[in-house]
Amino acid sequence: MRENLHRFFRAARGAGVDVSPAESIDAMRAVAQVGISDRAVLRDALLLTLAKSQDEKLALGDCFDLFFSQPEPRQEQPEAAGEDDAAQGEDQPPSAGSASEAGEGQPSQGLGPLAQMLLSQDRNAIAAAIASASGAASLSDIRYSTQRGIFSSRILDAMGLQRLRDDLDQLTATNPSLAERLRAALDALREAVRDTVSQGLALYAREEAENLRNEILRNAPLARIERRQVAEMRALIRQIARRLRERYSKPRKRQRRGHLDVRRTLRRNAAWGGVPFLTAWKRKHRDRPKIVALCDVSGSVAQVSDFFLLLIHSLHEVVDDVRSFAFSSHLIEVSEILETKSPEEAMSEIMSKVGFGSSDYGASLVDFEKEFMSALTPQTTVIVLGDARSNNLDPRADILRRISERSKRLVWLNPEGRLAWGFGDSEMPRYATFCSVVRQCATAQQLERAVSDIVATYQ
Amino acid sequence: MADQKASTSIEAVESGLAAQGYIASRQIATAVYLSQQIEKPILVEGPAGVGKTELAKAIAAWRGMKMIRLQCYEGLDEAKALYEWKYAKQLLYTQILKDKLGEVLGGAQTLHAALDQLHDFGDVFFSKEFVEPRPLLQALEQPGGCVLLIDEIDKSDAEFESLLLEILSDFQVTIPELGTVSAITPPTVILTSNSERDLGDALKRRCLHLHIGFPEQRLEERIVESRVPGISQTLRRQMVGFIHEIRSLDLKKLPSVSETIDWARVLVLLQASELDTEIVKDTLNVLLKYEADIEAATPQVTTFIAKAARSNVFG
Repeated sequence: MRENLHRFFRAARGAGVDVSPAESIDAMRAVAQVGISDRAVLRDALLLTLAKSQDEKLALGDCFDLFFSQPEPRQEQPEAAGEDDAAQGEDQPPSAGSASEAGEGQPSQGLGPLAQMLLSQDRNAIAAAIASASGAASLSDIRYSTQRGIFSSRILDAMGLQRLRDDLDQLTATNPSLAERLRAALDALREAVRDTVSQGLALYAREEAENLRNEILRNAPLARIERRQVAEMRALIRQIARRLRERYSKPRKRQRRGHLDVRRTLRRNAAWGGVPFLTAWKRKHRDRPKIVALCDVSGSVAQVSDFFLLLIHSLHEVVDDVRSFAFSSHLIEVSEILETKSPEEAMSEIMSKVGFGSSDYGASLVDFEKEFMSALTPQTTVIVLGDARSNNLDPRADILRRISERSKRLVWLNPEGRLAWGFGDSEMPRYATFCSVVRQCATAQQLERAVSDIVATYQ
Repeated sequence: MADQKASTSIEAVESGLAAQGYIASRQIATAVYLSQQIEKPILVEGPAGVGKTELAKAIAAWRGMKMIRLQCYEGLDEAKALYEWKYAKQLLYTQILKDKLGEVLGGAQTLHAALDQLHDFGDVFFSKEFVEPRPLLQALEQPGGCVLLIDEIDKSDAEFESLLLEILSDFQVTIPELGTVSAITPPTVILTSNSERDLGDALKRRCLHLHIGFPEQRLEERIVESRVPGISQTLRRQMVGFIHEIRSLDLKKLPSVSETIDWARVLVLLQASELDTEIVKDTLNVLLKYEADIEAATPQVTTFIAKAARSNVFG
């Protein structure tokens, strides 16, 4: 049973439920308490000890059902094959039955154990043999669907396929009808093993496959995401946003414990002649995050800005004081759209208002200076997302200088690689002199890091 | 053998809680049983009003133990949850004992000798006498054990969670001046959360995780039966069926078990024998707490009553 539980923990990890060693110990103890005879109670006990959220409970419940239903299909497969054989056998009871018996009598003595097992149609023995062979072939290490073939053959080898082949060759010469039966049984066995491996894949490989896919997606350039991946990417960005929100959503008053604020204590206790009945402790003053985001939504960076707007949308939930602006040839404020609408609606509305034009950084900066310069205070962080490709129009870097002077920090996120900066119509080097930080921001991972760093400075 | 014992024990938990008027589902009973056997806290999550707090009360009443409750809120710190030095008392005592101090130290010739003598008295002012125990420390000091309810843990700060870790895993707290205080009898700890924020993994790992959702129709009928005995069977079935229909709507706040019980009481008070459109519309404000929700539900009332009545015929 312990072996089985360990395999179940691996399967649970595959299903996306992180089972730590400590939790597995707890689960073991719980199982020892409730016993294994009542499946419903066992399920409850495992769910209680291993899962840590409602989603995990659902995933783990499915995993439990899949895992503990496993023995049945294994048995069914040979059983189905066996029934076929039995049915055939019953069709001509006297002749075939006696013939096989007569044939079996002698040659089966010289056969290997696997052949004997298959011929005797001992379903339980076969199922047990498959189980132990898949243990020997360490089926729980299976990770990718491409490994199915190799694991199947490993299991069959472990069961003694080589010997069976020899037996088959021998039998074809001496006893063709028995050989025929053995061959049919072998086909059924192959099928059963293949099913076992598929099940193993479903149980153990999910985690790796998903991690791999997410890892690739996180590091894929946002601008070149394929259409079919857009939905997954959105989910990933939403995950990132959730993580940011959890980490930074509650700006807290933080007391510095143990540091007496002498001045305030004395003042507060003046009434008692300076005997400090009431104490006052030093506090750390913390700035509230203030962010102004400028997002280029012109054709050249449209796809990246899509994701960036999504992230800004979630930033609105984390930080109270965010104002966001979108621009291509001119600039508008989009804070309200992002705050009141769902991400998809907001995105399409913004795109229809200013999106897909050819970018004019100079004119957009002029727009910003004219109307919104007052939004900047010495506590503000300004984030600009864009490729700084201004179609050879006047970049108006002087306005950026004034923005930089008025604000705490100016962060420029550029979806293009460093090598491309300054070539063609890119004005990046000119702008870069006024930025506190310039980062390349082409993948989801870089986007997360950049935004995380910005919010973290206010913690 | 052990299996037999386990399932009978789980049933014993179920019936014990039922005797206190708490109808527990199998999962809840299993969780309570396991938490006693492997001495782990239970973290209960679920929507408001499904009986998370009630569970702790029922356990305490069933096992005849004291219940100590710690209501969490933003800004709760160890001074309010764990212990506090009675600072004013310490000061007052030093003032009163000033003269005594003079006597004690009178014999000393040098400052050094006086200091040595003072050391001999030990930490008089940092002893148990001057500790004000707050709920967590109180819970550890109960000789007969107790049920410690840490309510709405999600409302507290992340720092407070870390403070709880020592108590939850080892049933002990460390007070720097006094040393480690271990529980005399490990308390049964119930934490509740409305999932307002995600709790840390370290905290979750130390607990059994129990999710209480809205109960199934049968179970809810039994709950109403135990809580509002005066209600007739037909009405009970109808109203529970109706509430299950309401829960299928997309509302701001779905009615939970506490609302069901309130509504049952109201219906009994109004001496209703069965549901009709009039009475439901009049009393809908007991079930739904938002004006928008009531507006959304009102047009559906007649259909829902019909549905609930029909399901009765088959159920």
